[in-house]
Amino acid sequence: MQPQSPTNTLYSPPLGGAGGRVLSLLLLLLSILLQSCRHDIIVWPSEEEEVGETRQDSILGFYLLNEGNMGSNKCTMDFYDYATGTYTRNVYGNANPTVVKELGDVGNDLRIYGSRMWAVINCSNKIEVMEARTARRVGQVNLANCRYIAFHEGYAYVSSYAGPVQINPGYEQKGIVVKIDTATLEKVDTCIVGFQPDRLDITGGKIYVANSGGYMFPNYENTVSVIDLATFREERRIPVAVNLHHLIADARGQVWVSSRGDYYGNASALFCITDPAGEAHVRRVAAPDGADLVVENMTLCGDSLYVIGTEFSYTTMQNQTNYGIINTRTRQVLTTNFITDGTEASIVEPYGIAVHPHTREILIGDARSHVNPGTLFCFSPDGLLLWKVRTGDIPAHFAFLVGTD
Amino acid sequence: MNLRSIAFILCTLFPLLALAQERDSVIHSSIGWGRGSAIHPSPAQERDSSSFATDSVSDMMEVSVYARRSEEIVPSQRLGGKRLQALSSFSVADAMRYFSGVQIKDYGGVGGLKTVDIRSMGTNHMGVFYDGIQLGNAQNGLVDLGRFSLDNVEEIALYNGQKAQIFQPARDYGTSGSVYIRTRRPRFDEGKVYNLRASLKGGSFGLINPSFVWEQRWSKRITSSLSADYTGASGKYPFRYRRVLPSGQVAWDTTAVRQNGDIRSCRVEASVFGNTSDGTWNAKAYYYDSERGIPGAIVSNVWKHAQRQWDRNFFAQAGWTKHVSDRYKFQINAKYANDHMRYLNPDTTLMYQDNTFRQQELYLSTAHHVELLPGWQMNLAADYQYNTLEASLTNFVFPQRHTLLLALATQYECRRLRLMASLLGTNVWDHATKGITSDPVSSATSRWTPAVYLSYQPLRDCPDLSLRAFYKSIFRLPTFNDLYYTEVGNASLQPETTRQWNLGFIYSHDWYRGIFRHVEVKADGYFNRVDNKIVAIPKGSGQYRWMMMNVGKVHILGVEATAETVMRWHKDWSLVLCLNYTYQSATDRTDPTDNDPYYGTYGGQIAYVPWHSGSVAGNLSWKNLGLNYSFIYVGERYHTSANIRENYEQPWYTHDLSASYRWQLPRLALTFALECNNIFNQQYDVIQNYPMPGRNWKGVLKVEF
Repeated sequence: MQPQSPTNTLYSPPLGGAGGRVLSLLLLLLSILLQSCRHDIIVWPSEEEEVGETRQDSILGFYLLNEGNMGSNKCTMDFYDYATGTYTRNVYGNANPTVVKELGDVGNDLRIYGSRMWAVINCSNKIEVMEARTARRVGQVNLANCRYIAFHEGYAYVSSYAGPVQINPGYEQKGIVVKIDTATLEKVDTCIVGFQPDRLDITGGKIYVANSGGYMFPNYENTVSVIDLATFREERRIPVAVNLHHLIADARGQVWVSSRGDYYGNASALFCITDPAGEAHVRRVAAPDGADLVVENMTLCGDSLYVIGTEFSYTTMQNQTNYGIINTRTRQVLTTNFITDGTEASIVEPYGIAVHPHTREILIGDARSHVNPGTLFCFSPDGLLLWKVRTGDIPAHFAFLVGTD
Repeated sequence: MNLRSIAFILCTLFPLLALAQERDSVIHSSIGWGRGSAIHPSPAQERDSSSFATDSVSDMMEVSVYARRSEEIVPSQRLGGKRLQALSSFSVADAMRYFSGVQIKDYGGVGGLKTVDIRSMGTNHMGVFYDGIQLGNAQNGLVDLGRFSLDNVEEIALYNGQKAQIFQPARDYGTSGSVYIRTRRPRFDEGKVYNLRASLKGGSFGLINPSFVWEQRWSKRITSSLSADYTGASGKYPFRYRRVLPSGQVAWDTTAVRQNGDIRSCRVEASVFGNTSDGTWNAKAYYYDSERGIPGAIVSNVWKHAQRQWDRNFFAQAGWTKHVSDRYKFQINAKYANDHMRYLNPDTTLMYQDNTFRQQELYLSTAHHVELLPGWQMNLAADYQYNTLEASLTNFVFPQRHTLLLALATQYECRRLRLMASLLGTNVWDHATKGITSDPVSSATSRWTPAVYLSYQPLRDCPDLSLRAFYKSIFRLPTFNDLYYTEVGNASLQPETTRQWNLGFIYSHDWYRGIFRHVEVKADGYFNRVDNKIVAIPKGSGQYRWMMMNVGKVHILGVEATAETVMRWHKDWSLVLCLNYTYQSATDRTDPTDNDPYYGTYGGQIAYVPWHSGSVAGNLSWKNLGLNYSFIYVGERYHTSANIRENYEQPWYTHDLSASYRWQLPRLALTFALECNNIFNQQYDVIQNYPMPGRNWKGVLKVEF
């Protein structure tokens, strides 16, 4: 309900004298009273904003999943349309107005596989399956404490913290990877991995899973689980570093994995695993000056691995921030700041990243305070700011929509 | 200051007491000053309408000179006696909704957390005093006012800044706002030596609440009170969420039952009160034990939670006031508190947690009041406090805190001017032992903070009207959680400061005949600044990792207005009406770069503070029949300081109605009451995703011997 403009209410009855003034006052009071009443809550409609240039491309646009702070139930999805240069906030609410309590609480991963889009909603214990073109809901897969998703030959593989409970002297609960049939949305198999598994990827017939052990503080996990796709059983573990998080396999079969560090002595770092014939070799990938990279998030485009992150250092009492690019062929860090126009000064917390596969434009989601709207920055391949736009809360995960024709 | 100076100060102050003790008490007579009870002058209408109150002379505490409200130097609000009983309130937090300038954060239900924020400065700035001594929580600074039932409470008073008198412990000067909860003091009818009262309440959410009070007069000088109650509730209530399409068509509409909001708690409280010819003393022991579910946020696909919490609170406190001469009196207060809390998350899909926390507090205080010249008084108080926290958390350090407070206050009255000024010195030593990955931490803070209160009667012939103003600067210390909580804590935090400026007036008049017996109007405008606000800031690399930082700034501009009246006619009829209104503009001044005019947080109204709020309460009585109506209104708010549509929270308002009948028999009295709360069944959230109960009922049966 839109409150009436008070001026209209005041002067609309053309009455003179004291009676008129009293009447006007009463009407003003009435309009204030009406404004102060409750009204029906409308499902959030979408909001459109023109931000970039129009462009014809086989990549039609991208979706951005905003995590939303825990308990806020404010996970939302935005869409950028390259053909019109329009950014639309909250496309999920618009496409699915009848879904009770909307998309959910804390989105943790977003992928498009074939014609469908999969959003992993961590604190809503579900994976939302949508039509990729329209974001219309197809169904949901319930999975407690689900984290990240990867696809292979008609199956989705989702990591989850909620494995079977073991009551030994302590209390331990290993994580799982669940295999889901993408056609029927049925869970078909489960594989137990390490403690609190996070991101996973598939290469060479194996699923590599980064185990964090985040609930085990201070005894974090330090391994990558290797699952054989054929048997869907954990085959072995590759020790890497504490509290692993992101994991991406490149075209050469190398596995890039990041550590969050333990927030005290060990800082965040990036590692590269080469695993020919099951003989894993782990390399620490650091900047030319020997400094570790802070990895909040990372993405792969061609032979370039883009790594962003900021970390508070108790030694300098300041944030250390990097926007790095690694050549995956040479494993050299090419730069620790690919932003060349000084825009990094206005980014509070780089949180989500994606690189356009054709134009190599770089998208960075700034989570800011986590409870207020974030900002999406789009940079040219040379690191110059092209545009920026307001997002939902905690812009974090991207998926490019490719045209089918 | 160091420990040696504490020792020195305590040594110099306590001998004074010892000396005072030995002195002869002939100098003064024993009238009037029972506990210096001008502390709590009862509101006029309470006297008026207490048709069955026992104004027994045997009780010295009641023989206080009722200070005129218009002379009140500190803006305050009170609820007591029959009016308090008449409000359909279960806990102290429910009753405090009727105060202006107060926001209650209510997570819903009987067992849900309810905390109070005064003038938008933050919950941690509110001091809660139970029978004169502050309830502490060094762990997180929160006092859950939902836990204090109104069964045995006689009066709740709220002061902006500090209490309107200077003869008090130093700690009473140390908060930005104070709530004083005073339990019932025994009072006896002529010839009676005991009172027995039992009541049983029951109603919606499976509520069952029996309570019992036994008051005994042992001698002319010693009385005691024992009270106990049990509260059990399933906490189950239906709630509804509904959304419509822009066309007005229903998009979705869902009803569910609130789960895991159950509670069972029991409270036992014993007090002894004594009068001596030259003073008073009292001692009290309090025990509270509870188990409750934590109902949690309702989000997509999650309709119930499994977390549980157990609390065990014990404290024992004692106070002694002695009037050594007409010019000098002193008081000593002491307290020991032991709080145990267990938190369990048995939900195996989440991080399993079973943590216990134990807090202990030791408190000693001495205050000395001297009348230097007629109308000019001085008070010197010194308090010592020791807090510890033990936790079963991994890598938890064992924090300890020593606090020494020194307060010097003075009050001056000269015909139409009243002045009160105080200076509080706070000295804190924190120490935390070495954790697995951290070194031991020690820190010391020392600060002096002033407060000045002024009231003036502008018209010579009109003592009913007075103007008042105050300035107070104070701070809150970072809590143990802020400083040391595993991963989140930041041991280098500074105190969070508040500065308050207030200007207002009060007009109050009593008549002894006619329909109107009492009218009171007061209004205050204020500006508050909160600096170095302790805020959780995400610190990057990994989810849910926050760190406490001193970055927040808030500016609060507000107006509060209250009007109340007492009417009587036909000897059997009376009507008490009370209106409250609050306007607040509480803006976030933290990050000047986040200044987008639409969605920026700079200049935005801070989380959950409505611009407009108010209440109306009315009590109509005829003989022994009473009818009460109340209305509470909280205007639109946003749940973060980015005031955009996505963060909008609707206004909410509830209408409550209750009726009571008291049946006086020769030897006993029976009271029946029936309450209906939220009559129109409004479905609302005070906190986002925490649905509140709709229409609910309560029945009360009370027996008094």
